[in-house]
Amino acid sequence: MTTGNGQLDLPYLRAKLTDRRGQLYWRSLEELAETDAFQEFLYREFPQQSDRWTDPIGRRRFLHLMGASLALAGLAGCTKQPAEPIMPYVNAPEEIIPGKPLFFATAALLSGVAEGVLVENHMGRPTKVEGNPEHPASLGATDVFAQASILTLYDPDRSQTITQFGEIRSWSAFLSEMREAVQRFKQNKGSGLRILTETVTSPTLASQLKKLLSDYPSAKWHQYEPVGRDPARAGARLAFGTDVAARYHLEKANVVLSLDADFLSTGPGKLRYVRDFTARRKVHQSQREMNRLYVLESTPSNTGAMADHRLPLKASEVEGFALALAAELGIAWRVEIPAKLPGSTWVGPLARDLKRHPAATIVIPGEHQPPLVHALAHAMNHTLGNVGSTVIYTEPVEANPVDQFESLRELVREMQSGSVETLLIFGGNPVFAAPVDIPFADALAKVKQRVYLGLYNDETSELCHWHIPEAHSLESWTDARAYDGTVTILQPLIAPLYGGKTAHELMAALTDQSEQSSYEGVRQYWSSQFTRIPVMVSGARSSSAVCQKASGDFEEFWRKSLHDGFVANSALPAKPVALTAQPAVLRTDATTPGLELIFRPDPHVYDGQFANNGWLQELPKPHTRLTWDNAALISPATAERMGMTNEELVELRFQGRRVEAPAWILPGHPDDSVTIHLGYGRRRTGRVGMGAGFNAYAVRTSGAAWFGSGLSLSKTGRRSRLACTQHHHSMEGRHPVRAGTLEDYHRHPDFVREMGEEPPKDLSLYPERKYKGNAWGMVIDLSSCTGCNACTIACQAENNIAVVGREQVIIGREMHWIRVDRYYAGGLENPATYHQPIPCMQCENAPCEVVCPVNATAHSQEGLNDMVYNRCVGTRYCANNCPYKVRRFNFLLYSDWETPSLKLGRNPDVTVRSRGVMEKCTYCVQRINAVKIEAEREGREIRDGEIATACEAVCPAEAITFGNINDPNSRVAQLKANKLNYGLLSELQTRPRTTYLAALKNPNPEMKTS
Amino acid sequence: MPQIFHRSTNTFSKLSIFGAVFVIAGLLIVVMAINRSGYVTQAGVTREQPVPFSHQHHVAAMGIDCRYCHTTVENAAVASIPPTKTCMNCHSQIWSASPTLEPVRASFRADQSIRWTKVHDLPDFAYFNHSIHVNKGIGCSTCHGRVDRMPLVWQHASLQMEWCLDCHRHPERYVRPRDQVFNMEYEAPANQLILGKRLIQEYKIQSLTSCSTCHR
Amino acid sequence: METNQPSKTLTLEADTAPIIEPGHTFGSVTDKISSVVLARKTPRGWYVGFGIGFVLVMVLAQTLANLLFVGTGTWGVTNPVGWGFDIINFVWWIGIGHAGTLISAILLLLRQEWRTSINRFAEAMTLFAVACAAMYPLFHTGRPWLAIYWLFPYPNTMGIWPQFRSPLIWDVFAVSTYGTVSLLFWFVGLIPDLATLRDRTRKRIPRFLYGMLAMGWRGSARHWNRYETAYLLLAGLSTPLVLSVHTIVSLDFAVGIIPGWHATIFPPYFVAGAIYAGFAMVLILAIPIRAFYGLEDFITMRHLENMAKIILVTGLIVAYGYMMEAFFGWYSANPYESYMILNRMKGPYAWMYWALLFCNAVTPQVFWFKSMRTSITALFTVSVIVSIGMWFERFIIVVTSLHRDFLPSSWGMYYPTRWDFGMFLGTIGLFVSLLFLFLRFLPMISIFEMRTILPQAEVKETGSPH
Repeated sequence: MTTGNGQLDLPYLRAKLTDRRGQLYWRSLEELAETDAFQEFLYREFPQQSDRWTDPIGRRRFLHLMGASLALAGLAGCTKQPAEPIMPYVNAPEEIIPGKPLFFATAALLSGVAEGVLVENHMGRPTKVEGNPEHPASLGATDVFAQASILTLYDPDRSQTITQFGEIRSWSAFLSEMREAVQRFKQNKGSGLRILTETVTSPTLASQLKKLLSDYPSAKWHQYEPVGRDPARAGARLAFGTDVAARYHLEKANVVLSLDADFLSTGPGKLRYVRDFTARRKVHQSQREMNRLYVLESTPSNTGAMADHRLPLKASEVEGFALALAAELGIAWRVEIPAKLPGSTWVGPLARDLKRHPAATIVIPGEHQPPLVHALAHAMNHTLGNVGSTVIYTEPVEANPVDQFESLRELVREMQSGSVETLLIFGGNPVFAAPVDIPFADALAKVKQRVYLGLYNDETSELCHWHIPEAHSLESWTDARAYDGTVTILQPLIAPLYGGKTAHELMAALTDQSEQSSYEGVRQYWSSQFTRIPVMVSGARSSSAVCQKASGDFEEFWRKSLHDGFVANSALPAKPVALTAQPAVLRTDATTPGLELIFRPDPHVYDGQFANNGWLQELPKPHTRLTWDNAALISPATAERMGMTNEELVELRFQGRRVEAPAWILPGHPDDSVTIHLGYGRRRTGRVGMGAGFNAYAVRTSGAAWFGSGLSLSKTGRRSRLACTQHHHSMEGRHPVRAGTLEDYHRHPDFVREMGEEPPKDLSLYPERKYKGNAWGMVIDLSSCTGCNACTIACQAENNIAVVGREQVIIGREMHWIRVDRYYAGGLENPATYHQPIPCMQCENAPCEVVCPVNATAHSQEGLNDMVYNRCVGTRYCANNCPYKVRRFNFLLYSDWETPSLKLGRNPDVTVRSRGVMEKCTYCVQRINAVKIEAEREGREIRDGEIATACEAVCPAEAITFGNINDPNSRVAQLKANKLNYGLLSELQTRPRTTYLAALKNPNPEMKTS
Repeated sequence: MPQIFHRSTNTFSKLSIFGAVFVIAGLLIVVMAINRSGYVTQAGVTREQPVPFSHQHHVAAMGIDCRYCHTTVENAAVASIPPTKTCMNCHSQIWSASPTLEPVRASFRADQSIRWTKVHDLPDFAYFNHSIHVNKGIGCSTCHGRVDRMPLVWQHASLQMEWCLDCHRHPERYVRPRDQVFNMEYEAPANQLILGKRLIQEYKIQSLTSCSTCHR
Repeated sequence: METNQPSKTLTLEADTAPIIEPGHTFGSVTDKISSVVLARKTPRGWYVGFGIGFVLVMVLAQTLANLLFVGTGTWGVTNPVGWGFDIINFVWWIGIGHAGTLISAILLLLRQEWRTSINRFAEAMTLFAVACAAMYPLFHTGRPWLAIYWLFPYPNTMGIWPQFRSPLIWDVFAVSTYGTVSLLFWFVGLIPDLATLRDRTRKRIPRFLYGMLAMGWRGSARHWNRYETAYLLLAGLSTPLVLSVHTIVSLDFAVGIIPGWHATIFPPYFVAGAIYAGFAMVLILAIPIRAFYGLEDFITMRHLENMAKIILVTGLIVAYGYMMEAFFGWYSANPYESYMILNRMKGPYAWMYWALLFCNAVTPQVFWFKSMRTSITALFTVSVIVSIGMWFERFIIVVTSLHRDFLPSSWGMYYPTRWDFGMFLGTIGLFVSLLFLFLRFLPMISIFEMRTILPQAEVKETGSPH
């Protein structure tokens, strides 16, 4: 099974894989190999991680567990409840009906770019984020960060007081100090005043900054963001000589080529792109054809998982490939094709396929690829006639695009020279996230007056004199642009919990009107600007008419913009651009030998700003399914060569710097390169994120911001355990994911059904149930699911699901009600990847129901498996007997019953589960009941789509459909009638209400699939 | 050999053996009685309130409709306790000096809520919705009793699960015409069951006994 | 019942050791057995044994306290393995608790004279084992304080009942019935001996206590008559229980759909396994006790050998069970079933599977040889191995079936924690301590029944009509 010192015997694995007949699925390498780790654990009687006492959480909780368990005993029935007070309003606000949520439109920000959202608000407490269906960047979906922002808002670890040198100070004290400073600036024209922001798209903030710079001409504004878009900007300048942003219309594209671009899960437009892209893959609807996606990638991504053809390449090799392809397509420029060309077999067929669809293809360059790749992509899109149809260029959405590394370097240079007296840092965490070759932290010591506006008491606040708690975006008035430039005016959902301030208020403090609130600031700006909104060229939205009228009346404009969640027609218009004659360098050095290191923002912790968010920390990362940690991802072959195994600590030496990281073997990862994720290894943050993972910034230089060669690996011989939520790989010939090609489907549509067996309905001892009225059901489309995990975290937010912590995840006790399983098919080097979301199947013959001794889980009249927490005694028999293993047990008191701020954020319509209770997905029964009552009162039927479960609502791919299967016209009923529809483990006669649509791929017949 | 036990022991032992059955049965009955008594359910117990608000006076004497104060009863889960403002609508004019009403005025002046004591307090894991019951023809008095005769409100029913289920299993026994819902004097007619069956047809009343109807 | 006594004893002497060594009188039997209880001073060995037991009981107390305050999470159970040591040990103990009733009831009805000298402590053992077993189903729940209330739902103000489709409910009734009947059976059997002790003890308090328990037994013909009837009735009543209890325990698994649980063979195979384990435990206890208290005369090689035979037979049934499981795995051609059995053989817990086959299927085969059946060491060793093997069997059934079921995505592993072991040791301690208390304060062998099997007890033919 495994060779001597516990290292994976990959040839053996390959053999094991190849001699399997049919499509073979497998998950992680451990169990395929039955590594020593297993044997080890087998013979150890007391594995340390199974002992609660070595677990800090366990210890910390012991006392209040005692309290809680006694309290629970109190709930046991025969005791009477204590008298509770009711406190009515003194003056009731009209719009609030107690117990009914209100929804307000605002936006979630990531890297300063807006994503329109609607926030559910219970009696003044925001509890849940939903997408804004009207907003172009959201269309009703959100990403995991927007979902988790609720938790950050209520995070008890956020900094809560203004401090100076660690002493608590008042806002007025700060203002008075600023006033002195302002006097100084007035005399010296603000020389020595520097402002460091993240990427700014906020028109208001931008104008405030510009005004400041005009008042104090010698002041300077710098921008730095660890996950910036510098290469894209440079690429645009290289191709067009001017700074433009590309926007894609995937709904029009028949063929899409990604040059190491993970456009489905990163970048500001991702939600819209996923929607448009997957719309072209749903063959079950009226359309019979699919788009085709080619992906070259340097590290496995969700985009790669969706690909019909995927080619793993070292990051540095993409350039060469792009050159070759560009030449093949015959772009206007003269290019040099490198002698040694990886993936050369692709060039011919790919070029032909692209040419076959004039003006209906897209070449998307990876954000982290060098400018040349971007330039070539632009050129190719031109040659393919895509510009204007599938690709349009606009002004950049950033208020003031700069090369951010340059900007930071310049700032640091000045700081070192001592010419910076006052430095205001607006958000971000530069001390932690600055590249190592730019010594920001050291230089900071030379600044006389340092002010830091930030959410957390972090690495940067530590080195600043003043730390002003920042208001969370759900607490503040501000504005921001979406990926297409559409402006959203953000309105606060709640008054700042911890007295946070916004950048606008800080800016005001630097002027004479230092008391100006951010509300006034934003309003003031728009009252002067709202008439000058650029009118969209393409596809003016219905609301445009209104806007024209609005251009007269500000109040109406203001109210409408707040209500809709965006400023109508504020999207940036297309901008005509022309390719430059011939860029200087159109060649690349032959691919560098040796190991390459790749940096990526962490899929869930991002650049580190979400490190203290338990929901995101515990969300299993795509592909690796790791939680609470980052790791050094390497390909099986490389691991084999280096003799490395999972969880083994390796030392990465990169360009003279070193960091230690646990290795994780990731199938499909290109050989000779290692991927590490940014954002971990926080030295100073809240209780949640402290000490998780390793700090990838420690080896990141501005020169090699995204990848670079010259990496060397060495084993340390030590191991560190990683909390992975899925260990197994092999379907053992089973077919939970049924997959095929579009060709199969057209030729023989029944192939899906034939992959499993459906026993006759009457094959049950129990009498057949009749479902009068509604019968709820769900369909999940595996061709559309990108595995973005949004459903998991949306469910967590909606249903008050607890975070259990690293130690508990390691033992396998995570609580997610809907998990996303990941299966591989094919070889180790370049497997096809499938994602399969698994909620409760709500079986009609539910194995869980018959075995519960106390009736705590019972069948509802509408076919749900109701789970009654207050009835459950926790025998765990139901979980044992559930073939899908979707039931989750509160082995310890996981829900936080103490922290007041967290209580505010909970969904009041869902019970907070206590210790010793089983829980599971209920199809968001609280939402079902709410709508049912509404409909009953109005004496009407429930409309199809009126009820959206949390997972359905959040899904950008519209992969999840929920509805009444008794209504033949409902979307869900029609999908279930489709030939691609199949029930998971239907051979067990459980008759699941949740079913799946088989995953279809659309490979190019010219290229034989890997 | 000497006797260890007095001869009466025989009787005792016999008694204890045969008595045991009755003792156990008796205990069981007692416990069940206690568990349904007001001591546990709090039914029939008047609660101290910061202001001795009399429903009897306001409803019976003044003839104020339930909905004047409990505004959201028809369209929300909670009937909602009226804001101080509602009290002041009248009491800024009448009894504006009465010392008993001082807490109300104080609350209004200081913009501080009055701290009423909850009378009908369901456990947090039971999700009750007033609006749907009211709209399906379940009268206030069916659950709350003759509030118009309560100087200080007490809990009329046991609010135990069996009590809820009784109606959820046999709605026909309790439904009344919609126009009678807020009528405190309403008496169930002799032909309640026939009426009930008719109303169930008319109002499309379902007998919802699924767990998730009330528990989530 | 003594009609064909002489011929029997004759044949016994002919082929094998007698069930009571010759040379005993009614008096000597009574003296020998009651002296153990009435002895002035307690032997030091007793203190040692009881001490060990008591320490372990303290461990039990601590684990339970920790369990109640911190939660089930202190155990190794997790997803997907929701049951671990809790259910394993429950089944193990219940199994052990089977020999008692079998010996006392079934062998009584079958008129197996040799049972008399071992039934008393076999029954005691049953009771204590059931006590240990009963602890697990209760404490394995997440909220025991509610479990009690909702499984016996009085006073019920909720208008709903337990769910009678669930085997766990059947369990509650099966085990509690079994416990009650065994207790009655044991107590009724004790009454005459309690009377004896009452009459023989010199001290006041013991006399008073024994007197209470003896319920005024005077040994009159009426007493004996009623006693015999009651005893027979109870025997008849508890006979079906021997089968029912473990059948229902097996249904806890058989009703589930998990490959490795969902098997029709479970009831017979569990019952056989239980008797198997039970007799092994009787031997483990009988051998040292008999030596310690010098009761070789009463618990003779004949008893030990008979038990060895029973172990051999039930062992074969169990082995057949294992064979069938493997056969079904292959014959069903069901991917889940066949993977299950392969996983047991080759998976991470394979070593345990093979160990169990060795312990339960291979070792008892030595009892084909009389030399082995009559060698104290062999008997003792094999019994110990069998007990361990039966524990492994339960581990394999519970854990390996769960840890890899239908969707590989949710496959996992199970590792017990120190608290799991703590509770296991704790229950063993409880068992041991109870047993030692029993040995000290009650006659471990039925005095009067021993007397009935003395040759003197045979009814003499009074003359013959001419």
